[in-house]
Amino acid sequence: MINKNINFSSYFIKANILSLLLFSISILFILFKGLNYGIDFKGGTLIELRADNENINISEIRSSLNSLNLGDVNVKEFGKKGDYLIKIEQKAENNKKLIPNIKKTLIKNLNAEINFRRVENVGPKVSSELLKSGIIAICLSLAAMLFYIWIRFEWQFSIGSIVALFHDVTITVGIFSILALEVNLSIIAAVLTIVGYSMNDTVVIYDRIRENLNKYTRISISETANLSINETLSRTIITSITTLLALVSIYVLGGEILRGFSFAMILGVIIGTYSSIFVAAPVLKFFKVSYKTLEKKEEKIVP
Amino acid sequence: MLNFSKINVLIIYSIFIFISFFSILNFQSGKDPFINKKVNLGLDLQGGSYLLLEINSDPLVEEKIQSKVIPIKKLLKNNNLNYSNFKIGKKNLSFSLDDPKKFELLFFSKKDNLLNPYINNYNSFELDLQIDAKKISIFFSKYGLLTINNSALKQSIEIIRRRIDDVGTREPTILQRGEKRILVELPGLKDPERIKNLLGKTAQLNFRLVAENDEFGVDKLLSETGEELNVSKRIVMTGENLIDAQPNLNSQNNQPAVSFTLDRLGAQKFGRTTTDSVGKRLAIVLDGEIISAPSINEPITSGSGIISGNFSFQEATDLSLLLRSGALPTPLDVVEERTVGPDLGEDSIRSGITSLIIGFILVILFMLYQYKVFGLIANLTLIANLIMLIGVLTILEATLTLPGIAGIILTVGMAVDANVLIFERIKEELKTEKSIINAFDIGYSKARITVLDANITTLIAAVILFAFGSGPVKGFAITLGIGIITTLFSAYFLARHLTSVIVLNKKNGKVNL
Repeated sequence: MINKNINFSSYFIKANILSLLLFSISILFILFKGLNYGIDFKGGTLIELRADNENINISEIRSSLNSLNLGDVNVKEFGKKGDYLIKIEQKAENNKKLIPNIKKTLIKNLNAEINFRRVENVGPKVSSELLKSGIIAICLSLAAMLFYIWIRFEWQFSIGSIVALFHDVTITVGIFSILALEVNLSIIAAVLTIVGYSMNDTVVIYDRIRENLNKYTRISISETANLSINETLSRTIITSITTLLALVSIYVLGGEILRGFSFAMILGVIIGTYSSIFVAAPVLKFFKVSYKTLEKKEEKIVP
Repeated sequence: MLNFSKINVLIIYSIFIFISFFSILNFQSGKDPFINKKVNLGLDLQGGSYLLLEINSDPLVEEKIQSKVIPIKKLLKNNNLNYSNFKIGKKNLSFSLDDPKKFELLFFSKKDNLLNPYINNYNSFELDLQIDAKKISIFFSKYGLLTINNSALKQSIEIIRRRIDDVGTREPTILQRGEKRILVELPGLKDPERIKNLLGKTAQLNFRLVAENDEFGVDKLLSETGEELNVSKRIVMTGENLIDAQPNLNSQNNQPAVSFTLDRLGAQKFGRTTTDSVGKRLAIVLDGEIISAPSINEPITSGSGIISGNFSFQEATDLSLLLRSGALPTPLDVVEERTVGPDLGEDSIRSGITSLIIGFILVILFMLYQYKVFGLIANLTLIANLIMLIGVLTILEATLTLPGIAGIILTVGMAVDANVLIFERIKEELKTEKSIINAFDIGYSKARITVLDANITTLIAAVILFAFGSGPVKGFAITLGIGIITTLFSAYFLARHLTSVIVLNKKNGKVNL
């Protein structure tokens, strides 16, 4: 099914330019446009409601909430007709009676029975803690990966894999910034899983490169990388397909709550698969890795 | 790699059957199950409330530092130290002395120091002081504050538990989180706002006379009818003297009210005050607000009474519940709340299971298409993997959340990776190896390290996510992490054994991979 003689290394430079471009655009967007943080990280109140009257207009909900003077309020449709998601920014004077007040006002103004299906309220202290621990978790996972690869492979491989990971995480987050998609706790979970998945993909190719470096000592690293990528290509594609099948199933059928999470994962799997071929492998070429690199390490271990 | 001794086969399948057995436990019904283990559903799936409460110890610190005023003044007087400029702050006390050194010695004496006890656990005094020329400032030491926080937290947990038990919620979880926080999880809650109200109230009740002019000073408080009353700061009696409170109907106007019973000491105090103050008004103050301020018509010496206000019956019920369970030592703030209604939980379970089944079917069909007979093996082990995953979750009595279901689906997608790696390797070996058995053998052993490397990286991510994630996200980390381990087992033992059975029976035939 798969043509196993693609000359990947001839595309390395083009691919690297593309990656660099995407990476820089992502960084620019993250720095200047920023991320659309959900209440987990910004604090505030989220209400998912279902009204029995399907003819309600969003603007009616908005105007009746504005009458409560809550500050910045965001209302959108959420899945089925009659389901809405309300987000209210953090405000010190939002008191304990906030939720019942909103419910009363909505029932009065909209003339419909309203069911609050989900209510989340995150205070400013907790949200900043959650953001901090999320960032720590991502940094820690990158460090742990670096360490693992450093033990299992040579340092050039370690750097290659970490470059690929940064590439994947940054571009995924960058796309979230460009599309102004909400970043919440589940997105952190997705990013960490992407880190694991992308690493998994990179390791498979690196493993093969190392094996081939020992096997064919006379060919260049470009050729070795090319050979190794081609040899593992079916596996790379098949695993990506099965993982994507599972993820698309979550994205389409898993409900609104999992949509952002599965979207981030789908992006991550695609970018991660691309990067293990077009980012992780060229880094080895850059460091002029050869079978001699491997020997040096072995010498160190066995005195 | 393809040779299994009989003992090995026995061990492999025993482990599989043992773990799978636990997954069946989830489907048993009946009141007295054989082994009571189950996967718990998270709050996002069964509906319920997650509340994170934080104690606000500032009022408590203020109260405690004020309680040091008299002992300090006594100490100064007993040692003939003349002080001036005595000031009571929110967190400290300050005054001026001619000889601060002498005071310091007394202040930090380890022997019978009633003012500033030495806390052995922390090797520290309860109070600390700062001397600036002749001015002395006294405040709680770091460990003194810690002790105050700790005891307030323990006490709060106890009272929260009483309040929640009184409402009758099933299987609540109440845990201490860090130094200042309490986590409350209430599954299957019908009216989360009511609970939030009950937990958010300090419920400090006191009875104070409405003053004409009082030596203790007065607070200006609004009564229930909106009139401003001068209420004496002197407390006749607090809620601590209550032994029972019940909702009731006021016999005079048939309005809901709360009747209370006092302990002996409370009854004495109450009797004395009501005898001395017939004709005056008695304000019943809850958390700084007057509930009602009736006139004392006659002495009440029976040790019981009734609080009437503008209550609905629900309010009277809640007030009596609060009074019965006692006052919180200090106010609690809700710093994080997540509530999911039961119908959303059901929807989430349904969509989670649907996407799991569809994702599963898609992967199975794809594998069959790719690998034919060996695809069937991969699929069988995938099913075995899923059963084992649920089995391990049951053994651990883990909590399944919606992201947790996503983790299972993701495991399904990624679990085949191990088999794909192995099969692809075998395909390559088949090109050069004449003997099919050898090709499979070499394929398995060469792919082993790659499979391990590849899975350990995902496992690392899952462990970190488990350590740092909260609530539902932790559920995802659990299923993802356990999924990796069951995947390795099923690919390396179950799938390998099944493959060996097929390959060894087809010694000279062709293998369609």
